[in-house]
Amino acid sequence: MIFGIPVQALMGQLLVGLINGSFYALLSLGLAIIFGLLRVINFAHGAQYMLGAFAALLLLNWGGINYWLALILAPLIVGLMAAVVEKTMLSRLYKLDHLYGLLFTFGLALAIEGTFRYFFGASGKPYAPPAQLTGAVNLGFMFLPIYRGWVVIASLAVCIAVWLLIEKTKLGAYLRAATENPVLVQAFGVNVPLLLTLTYALGAGLAGFAGVLAAPVYQVSPLMGSNLIIIVFAVVVVGGMGSILGAIVTGYLLGVVEGLTKVFYPEASNIVIFVIMAIVLILRPAGLFGKDA
Amino acid sequence: MRNILLTTAAVGLAATPALAEISDGVVKIGILNDQSGVYADFGGKYSYEAARMAVEDFGGKVLDAPIEVVTADHQNKPDIASNIARQWYDTEQVDSIMELTTSSVALAVQALSKEKNKVTITTGAATTELTGAQCSPLGFHWAYDTHALAVGTGGALVEAGGDSWFFLTADYAFGYSLEEQTANFVKEKGGQVVGSVRHPLATTDYSSFLLQAQSSGAKVIGLANAGMDTQNAIKQASEFGITQGGQKLAALLFTIAEVHGLGLDAAQGLNLTESFYWNRTPESAEFGKRFKERTGVMPNMVHAGTYSAVTQYLKAIEAAGTDETEAVAAKLHELPVSDVFTQNGKVAANGRMISDVYLMEVKKPDEVTEDWDYYKVVATIPGDQAYLDPAESGCPLVK
Repeated sequence: MIFGIPVQALMGQLLVGLINGSFYALLSLGLAIIFGLLRVINFAHGAQYMLGAFAALLLLNWGGINYWLALILAPLIVGLMAAVVEKTMLSRLYKLDHLYGLLFTFGLALAIEGTFRYFFGASGKPYAPPAQLTGAVNLGFMFLPIYRGWVVIASLAVCIAVWLLIEKTKLGAYLRAATENPVLVQAFGVNVPLLLTLTYALGAGLAGFAGVLAAPVYQVSPLMGSNLIIIVFAVVVVGGMGSILGAIVTGYLLGVVEGLTKVFYPEASNIVIFVIMAIVLILRPAGLFGKDA
Repeated sequence: MRNILLTTAAVGLAATPALAEISDGVVKIGILNDQSGVYADFGGKYSYEAARMAVEDFGGKVLDAPIEVVTADHQNKPDIASNIARQWYDTEQVDSIMELTTSSVALAVQALSKEKNKVTITTGAATTELTGAQCSPLGFHWAYDTHALAVGTGGALVEAGGDSWFFLTADYAFGYSLEEQTANFVKEKGGQVVGSVRHPLATTDYSSFLLQAQSSGAKVIGLANAGMDTQNAIKQASEFGITQGGQKLAALLFTIAEVHGLGLDAAQGLNLTESFYWNRTPESAEFGKRFKERTGVMPNMVHAGTYSAVTQYLKAIEAAGTDETEAVAAKLHELPVSDVFTQNGKVAANGRMISDVYLMEVKKPDEVTEDWDYYKVVATIPGDQAYLDPAESGCPLVK
């Protein structure tokens, strides 16, 4: 017993927290990449997450395409749509104040969500988990649905891959350099506008990927992203705006903290992340992993 | 030619006195509800269609005056709803506002309408306050309320053997009152409440709460929440093997619209209470199918309730021979309600329309024989038991 809670129950809640943290990590990673390189606060991230889930659903219903293919196709579709948006609209706003990018993506999110609500209704549609991942295993301390275990593994793998891409490859080096000094990088013959388009597509694609992962767990609904996006923003702020590693680690960490709050004081479970955000902002304004400006 | 003119004149003369009894020469009904938020499927544009169907089935005219239905989205905000209502009454000659999903909105618009001397019929909101302390001589409440849901799901389920409960409750006034009223019936019938947990509104992940419910060992897990919260909780409960493990889920406010959205794989075995099921009688099935042809969905109790409310309002105008508010309200209190929604409905002095409610169980996917054939009716709760005794409702109008 720890604080009156059986150890077994606590273990279960820790694991559940880790699962939620997986979604936070994936989503905040995409946001952090976009902010880090484009300096755009992407309010359309929740809508892109929702688009990923709907892409999976529609691919299945209209094309008979299964979960595994959707896991690859849906992020590509969302990424492609994001690239078009960046190229035709968002890129025009880089010269202006950051606020314009925020307002634009916010408006975009409202428009996308409104359109989907019109066609699909508010209560959403179910999406069944793939047959290979249905069922559950009894871990002794809890009943773990196999699909949830898969979510942790898949999101961890993708997070590590993206981190490696940005920190360890030549493309990543270009991206990082373009953030520091776009004019100089362009002078070296690197196509910076293309890099920015790819970055936005990558960030949105990650949101789409999280959406596909979430489809079998949550109801696929036009509003699914707007519920989550605020929490994810808090995760990014706590981790440090633009810090890739910070976004990943903080995502998992806050997922676990939230899980534990649900045991000890459930009423506070959806504000605990914001309380932590406030404390971090007071003590370390640049975030846990941010570089002090 | 002369004959035709004469006939026309005669018809015109005959029609004039009746028309004169209808203010502005038209009966206008406003359907005010949530059309873009969490309750958009619960009521939404489908309630508007139900109202239009009622008008068409009535013949499009009452006392020779045309009937119009207008609609608006109140976004679940009482201030927006009150503004729309005010505008409808003051400048658009709306005679009555109906539907009013969301309790806070319904209370605000019912109070405003009393001030403006207009009739409201609420079909989409749950609170018993509408016919309790805040009742109005011009306010009517159709279809369901928290009391009926609590009696249906709480009381009847205990009798069916579910005698220990754990509540998953949305952390706001609606959740508390639903939990409290249901818990009272559970205890009254000899059951016990072994625990409860309160979750914030619009939580997406319920696994922590469900694990607590699972380890409580309760036979029934009562979901005192609504809309997407309930849907997510049910979906995740099936994922964690809760229903397979023998625990029952009881959704305290859930309709066929949400069951459809969830799918039977996740919803099977769920208990819930509704006052209408399309596949219960041949008449309701006929109505359901016509409704589905227009809207693509089967009606739930809010949609069918709205159809009934509009129909009854028109019958009251016809019986009163005028659309003057007091006369219509008097007829609404007096006339029995008999239509596709209910065959034995009556309106109590506090404005509560009393009709039977049904405890349902969602079928397993292999038990379904046709599209939308989702429910088994487990128990019928007579209206007099389902709704609060008007004398005990706290409504000052009941003496």
